This record gives sequence, C-alpha cells and structure tokens, in this order.
Amino acid sequence: MPETKELTSAERVSVERWEQETLDPVLRKRPERKRGFETVSLDEVNRLYTPADVTDVDYERDISFPGEFPYTRGIHPTGYRGKLWTMRQFAGFGTPEETNARFKYLLEHGQTGLSVAYDLPTLMGYDADSPLSEGEVGKCGVAVSSLADMEVLFDGIPLEEVTVSQTINAPASILLAMYLVVAEKQGADFRKISGTLQNDILKEYIAQKEWIYPIRPAMKLVVDTFEFCTRHVPKYNPISVSGYHIREAGATALQELAFTLRDGIEYVEWGVRAGLDIEEFVPRLSFFFNAHNDFFEEIAKYRAARRIWSRVMRERFGAKSERTLQLRFHTQTAGVSLTVQQPLNNIVRVAIQALAGVLGGTQSLHTDAYDEALALPTDQAALIALRTQQIIAEETGVVNTVDPLGGSYFLESLTKKMEDGAFDYFEKIDAMGGMVEAIEKGFPQREIQESAYQYQKAVERGDQTIVGVNKFQMEEEQSGIPILVINEAVREHQLQRLEEARARRDNGAVANALEKLKSAAAAGDNTMPTTIEAVRAYATLGEICDALRDVYGLYEEPAF
Amino acid sequence: MTDRKIRVLVAKPGLDGHDRGAKIIARALRDAGMEVIYTGLRQTPEMIAAAALQEDVDAVGVSILSGAHNTLCPRIVELLRARGMDDCLVVVGGIIPQEDIARLKEQGVAEIFLPGTSTDDIVKFLRHNVQPRT
Repeated sequence: MPETKELTSAERVSVERWEQETLDPVLRKRPERKRGFETVSLDEVNRLYTPADVTDVDYERDISFPGEFPYTRGIHPTGYRGKLWTMRQFAGFGTPEETNARFKYLLEHGQTGLSVAYDLPTLMGYDADSPLSEGEVGKCGVAVSSLADMEVLFDGIPLEEVTVSQTINAPASILLAMYLVVAEKQGADFRKISGTLQNDILKEYIAQKEWIYPIRPAMKLVVDTFEFCTRHVPKYNPISVSGYHIREAGATALQELAFTLRDGIEYVEWGVRAGLDIEEFVPRLSFFFNAHNDFFEEIAKYRAARRIWSRVMRERFGAKSERTLQLRFHTQTAGVSLTVQQPLNNIVRVAIQALAGVLGGTQSLHTDAYDEALALPTDQAALIALRTQQIIAEETGVVNTVDPLGGSYFLESLTKKMEDGAFDYFEKIDAMGGMVEAIEKGFPQREIQESAYQYQKAVERGDQTIVGVNKFQMEEEQSGIPILVINEAVREHQLQRLEEARARRDNGAVANALEKLKSAAAAGDNTMPTTIEAVRAYATLGEICDALRDVYGLYEEPAF
Repeated sequence: MTDRKIRVLVAKPGLDGHDRGAKIIARALRDAGMEVIYTGLRQTPEMIAAAALQEDVDAVGVSILSGAHNTLCPRIVELLRARGMDDCLVVVGGIIPQEDIARLKEQGVAEIFLPGTSTDDIVKFLRHNVQPRT
C-alpha cells in the first residue's frame, strides 16, 4: 500500500468538536432544507468536506503538478496561460453550401476550429436517394453522399491550416478518405493535416446506436484508420473516444467516465494486437466528455479522467512517453439538459457547464446554443454560444491560474471517488472479457438505461429540479424565439448533385475500386487504401458501405 | 374503461438511434400496468403499422427527435387507418417545433408530448383517451 497521510488526532477531534458545538445546536433549531443532497447523478454529497475526507489523497502521488504524472491538474504546466482551449462549435445542416457558409461565419467571428455534424443518412451510410433517407436529408446535420459534396463543404477552407473535427462513426473511414482526397486536391501535405475523427464505434453500440456492421468488423475498420494515420497522417487524431453520448443516453457522471475510459482501453488493446506501437498511436487517441449541470461533479470527472488514463497507460500497458500518458479531451455542454420551456434559460445553463469544462482543463469546447431543444441553432443562437466561451476566456479570470480548484477538500475527495468508482467498473468489465464482450452481454446498455429511468423518476418526484419544467413554470410561455427550418428543397438539391456525380464518373473505375475494397475487407487487409481509391473514383458513401455490408453483414441489436 | 389492459406499441421510426426517451416511456407505461411492445430502432411506417395490427394495440407512441416527423408521422396514421385501425390512438413524443404541432394534429396525431413532459401525464392521457373495448 502506498503511504497515506494520516489525519492528526487534533484535526479529527476538531471536526467532531465543530459538529457538537456549532452544527448540532443549529440543526436542532433549524433543520436543513432536505434530508439528503444529491448530484445530478443521484450521488450523495456530504454537508462539509475537511482534511478528514482527503487523508487517502497524497499531493505528490495523486495530485502533483500540472504537466507531471498523473496529470490531475492538467497536461500543460502553464494551463490556459500558454494557450486557450480551441473554441470548436459543432455545425452542420442542410446542403454542403449552407454548412460551408456557417463554417465561414463562425471562423469570421473568432472560432478557432471546425466541427462537422452530418445528417442521419450520412451517419448510417445511406445516400440521399435511398428510400431510408426520406425525410432525413440535411435535417440533423449536413448531407454528404459523395466526394462531390465534400468538395463543396470545404470549399475555400484550407485543410492544412484549419483543424477539422468530424462527427462520424460507422462510416468514419470513408469520410476520412473523402476528407483526405479533398485536402489532396487542395495541394495539402497529409503529414501536416491535423484534426479529429470521432470514429468511436463502441459507444454507438453502448449509447447512440448509429451502427452499421457487427462489432468486431467495425472495430477492425477503426484499427485500420489508426494504422493508416500513424503511417501517413501522423498529426491527425483518428479517434475521439466519446463519453458525451453515453451521458446523453442517461449515464451518471461516473458511468460516463468509466465506460469511456474502458472503451479507450479496448481500442489500445485492439491496436496493440494489430501490431501497433502504443508510443506511436496512443498519443493520437483523443477523448470527448459531456459537461452536465452538476458543477463540481463534472470538474472532478475531468481531473479523474486524466489521472486514471495516465495510471492505466503506465501500469497496464507499460507506456513511458509523456504524450502516451496524457489524456486530451474535447468537451460539449449537455444537450440533454436544455429545456424547451423558457429557452433563454439555456444560455445560463450552457455558461455554467462550459465553465466546468474549462475548470476541468479541456483542450477544446463546444457550447450548445439555447435553441437546441427545439431545432438546430440559428446563426444568432450559434453566435451567443460562441460568445459564451469568449466571455469565460476573456472576462472571468478563471484562466489566470492553473487548476484553480485543485486542493479543495470537496473536489479532491470527489476526484478520488470518481477514480475508485471507475476502477471498480474496469474490474467488472475485465471479468466479462473486455468491453466488446460486455457490450455483447448488454452490460453498459442496461446500466445506462437504469440510471436514465432513476433520473426521470427523481425529476418527477421533484427531488431533482429543472427550472421552468418542474419548478418556476410559466403558464403562458413567452418563448417566441426564431427557429431554423430545414426546407425540403435540400433533398432535391442533393439528389441532383448525386445524379450529376454519377453521370460524370467512370463507372468501370468505380466497380473496380469497390471490388478491390471488398477483397481487402474479406482478406483482413487494411481497407483505407482501397477506400481512398473508391472515393477518388466518386463511388458514393452508400455504394462503399454496401460493399462492406456485403462482406461484414449487419449488426442486429439484441433485446436488453 | 374496461378491465382489459391498455396495449401500447412504442415505436422508433427513421434512422435516429437516440432511444433514451422511448425506453423510459416503455418502462413507465409498463410500471403503470399497461402492456407495452417496443419495436426497436429504425422501423419504417409500414413496419410500425404492421406491428400495431399484429399486436392489436390501443395506441402507438412514436418517439422522434430527428426532424423527420412531418414525413413519418402522418404516414403512420394513414397506414393504421388503411388497416382498419380507426380507433388506434397515435401519440408523438420528441422534438417537434410549435409550428408543426397543429398540422400533425390535423393529420390525425392525437397528442404531442414535448421534452419535459412527465411520464404521469402520458399515462393519464392514454387512460383517458384510449377507446374502451367491448
């Protein structure tokens, strides 16, 4: 056992003395407002935290200095004094032309990176003209069916200079290929391109459920991108291991933390099994967390994430280099916390959630727009969301010192509790054989469903308050905020470009490229080179996914 | 009301996989004593109508957050009516802009439950509005 700092008897006696002499008389006169106080994850919070709550936390061993193992206080010695987080607003709707214009609008107003939201047909690997795409083209994000759309999406945006994050999972390798071919046409050098591909398929089976293929071939596609990027696009992050969607599906903060990091471990294990060197590919794994309402619980989650990851990488995988031990992450405020009722209140929620992300040391941040419980954001709502980050960065002073809350008895105690809870989950999942096996058994899915239901019940009992929903409601809603409407002409527009692309291309070259891709997939070879070839020939997203569907089959979710 | 348990099909049409709401509703209706059948993800309106008929349900609860409601919900109503399920109540839960609510109701959707609705309100609505059977 590592040495722990004992509480001196004087310290212990002083807490008891305070309870007897000061607290108890007050409680007898005036009881507290509630019998128990809980976080949004329904986790009990104590009345007071003192040195007695952090006796098992050692500064040198567990907290340490920023930029030093185990990175609890951050990965940069200078925190945000050196470099602010990247303000990266997730955007995408309608046609590639419309989204391209939104990207340029955000860049003009001081945004420092791009993040693409694709529509559901794209996420599911269907072209705009598939019958399954009806009603969905351009609705939840931008519609991309082929390289021709991608060329328009990034028109006038130099991909060697701007870092772009792409939220795409089941067909991620194909969208990566499209992105690289657009960059290549711009004359960019692959070795200079940086950005992030979400490409986290495990959390799709766990939470967001936008899958195509069965789990194991889907994992193979992910590993293909690791291998390809390590060799050819070394500054690119081929994955963003995401807790965001796990949390949105109803997980507690601890479940979000534990399942995400265990997913991360799974990806490292698969990479190692494919013969990759951890010191080469692990530094390019990035993470993505939610920023929910409970301020301190969230900050503790981020600090615990860094500490756990560095310990796991060192102890479980024998990692040595600093980059391999450091967890980097993006944060997005909690979409699920936004209310339809009194929607302007969401601006306040987002600001507080974003502040938690910043105090937790995030590398990049997306702030939700106040109208997102109603529709995709308007220009005006998206701008306020960006301004919220700029106000935190430029006006509040929280960026002036590194990890300003470090050393708080409450926060350090919560951080430790998060860490212990996550390792307990790791043990359970390891005992099942790993995360793929745990998902096949429905374990994380059931845990999340249960938490979601308990939270709903707590809201309905009034134990958890949502302002404007179960407290401080208004009979006459004065919302009347403008809403972004995606018109049905988007589909027509996209069908036309798809038709033109199909008419212009060499169909023999497309068929040939798709056959080569199928052979590579069937043989277990890396599919990236043949995917790029198919994309270059203007094979569509649906055609490429169909080729892989032929080889891999489809995922069927068991009933849980 | 009769003693027969209310039977509800909870349906998730379209490509969206966000099923937190659908699953909570399914469980809450079950806890309230109803018989609930959940379709699973990515059901076409045709599949939903066929399941409703086969399961002989009193109501179909459609969960939709993707913006495809104007295309998918009226078609579900239409297909149910075409199969003779005139009394089968169709209710919708999800992200539905105010502007679309009246139109969906005109097209036969009985009620639309927006985010923030309590599961109790949904239970009460179904109890009051499901047609008693003889």
